[in-house]
Amino acid sequence: MKAISVQNLTKRFGSFTAVDQITFDVDQGEIFGFLGANGAGKTTAMRMLCGLSMPTSGEAMVAGFDLYKDAEKIKQSIGYMSQKFSLYEDLTIRENIRFYGGIYGLSNSEIKTKTEHLVSSLKLEDKINSLVKSLPLGWKQKLSFSVAMIHDPKIVFLDEPTGGVDPITRREFWTMIFEAANRGTTVFVTTHYMDEAEYCNRVSIMVDGQIAALGAPVELKIKYTAKDMGEVFLQLARRAKRGDD
Amino acid sequence: MGAVEVKNIKKTFTVEKSTVTALQDISFEVKQGELFGLIGPDGAGKTTLFRILTTLMLANSGSASVDGYDVVKEYKEIRKRVGYMPGRFSLYQDLTVEENLSFFATLFNTSIEENYDLVKDIYVQIEKFKTRKAGALSGGMKQKLALSCALIHKPAVLFLDEPTTGVDAVSRREFWDLLHNLQRQKITILVSTPYMDEASLCDRVALIQEGRILDIDSPEGITKKFNHTLWSVRSETMYKLLTELNEQPEVNSCYPFGQEHHVTFKDDNENVKLIEARLTQLGHKSLKFERIHAGIEDCFMDLMEQHRKS
Repeated sequence: MKAISVQNLTKRFGSFTAVDQITFDVDQGEIFGFLGANGAGKTTAMRMLCGLSMPTSGEAMVAGFDLYKDAEKIKQSIGYMSQKFSLYEDLTIRENIRFYGGIYGLSNSEIKTKTEHLVSSLKLEDKINSLVKSLPLGWKQKLSFSVAMIHDPKIVFLDEPTGGVDPITRREFWTMIFEAANRGTTVFVTTHYMDEAEYCNRVSIMVDGQIAALGAPVELKIKYTAKDMGEVFLQLARRAKRGDD
Repeated sequence: MGAVEVKNIKKTFTVEKSTVTALQDISFEVKQGELFGLIGPDGAGKTTLFRILTTLMLANSGSASVDGYDVVKEYKEIRKRVGYMPGRFSLYQDLTVEENLSFFATLFNTSIEENYDLVKDIYVQIEKFKTRKAGALSGGMKQKLALSCALIHKPAVLFLDEPTTGVDAVSRREFWDLLHNLQRQKITILVSTPYMDEASLCDRVALIQEGRILDIDSPEGITKKFNHTLWSVRSETMYKLLTELNEQPEVNSCYPFGQEHHVTFKDDNENVKLIEARLTQLGHKSLKFERIHAGIEDCFMDLMEQHRKS
């Protein structure tokens, strides 16, 4: 079974078609890069896949559940983090873990075990009772990723997880992604860093609400005779007609 | 005299009863007409520095001048002479595009017409939405309006705080083209960014991390100082390669870099043939070692590591 399976998924806002009949699959344990220029429709598509927004038409199965019938079950089976919103700044690390563990229905003893494991693997033992807002951004993002994975979701959605993060931490973050994928978690990730597109098993590039290209980085580079994914992206995104207005 | 002079600026904040040092003893100079980049991650102190230089915040100690005026004693003069585009969109959301621009022109005793030449290239791209409220613009359009408003009084020095953060690769290139056009009009530009690849588009850059300047130089000057032998390594299985390179005792650092890994060895004259043979035995196909020159990001990480150790 595919982790995500999407057919002709469409979302219209009035006369504006934000997402226009997109079709793609994501395999279990795959790192899938979801690229596109600002305004191409990435966020709208991602919100639908997370069960937060109902499609206008089309079909989608996420983690084995139908988007129309079982949106709540989808929410329980996925993890989500974004750069803009992740953890509660005015709660401590321990409180954030406890809060998210509770939301995802973990028992007290599970939360206790998970907290110990998570804090020791991130080497945050001395900080556990500090407010999240006192942490540097890079630490926050790594913690946020671990919290998004607290209920061992089948799929984790990462929306620009490394924006503004220093170059070493950005690579440590990707090591966490590689490890998660190695354990079988499906990773669905957006980014503006084109070097990160190279780390994905496959990427899709959205232009004007449609998927303009989809494939492994190596295939796309051959197809567009480009030296790297940055060039592939520029070639495709420059074709955009609708701009981001 | 430099367009911007910063001497031993220090700034601390109190958060939760503990003291956080945002800037520790920062000094540098920006020349007239220069396009100067402050390159560093979030939390490095870039915004704090900009707020001190635009006279919106006082430093704990040290001194600074902008366009020849002292940031404390002559702050009113500075405010007439600088344009500032904060990282967060700060225009009036409930005014239209045109109202915002004319408001900022009026504040500085000028008019849109008087300095239209300066903003023309940027403003024409949003002019068709001039009756739209600023709050209803897309991210890219807001950014162009904010830049127009920061320029409308023909500032001597322009401060742009992370104008390209969260912006896609195509729009980022377009924005840098705009900056190079502005530079031709003799405006000194200070721009901050977390994107290391944008350093090469500046005349000179300061690499900044945890309130400290790691290095200041031209982009070429910085990369020339990288004093290790740097290798690019590839194989068909890049994650396996990453973990196995990290397990080699001779390896000093190994970081993923897009489609390759960048590796330095403890001994710069290391015989890579031996390591290559060892990795081939571990099952790597199409294994390729190649000597390369360091880029800004390699240098930034190397300087970060040096600071961590010291």
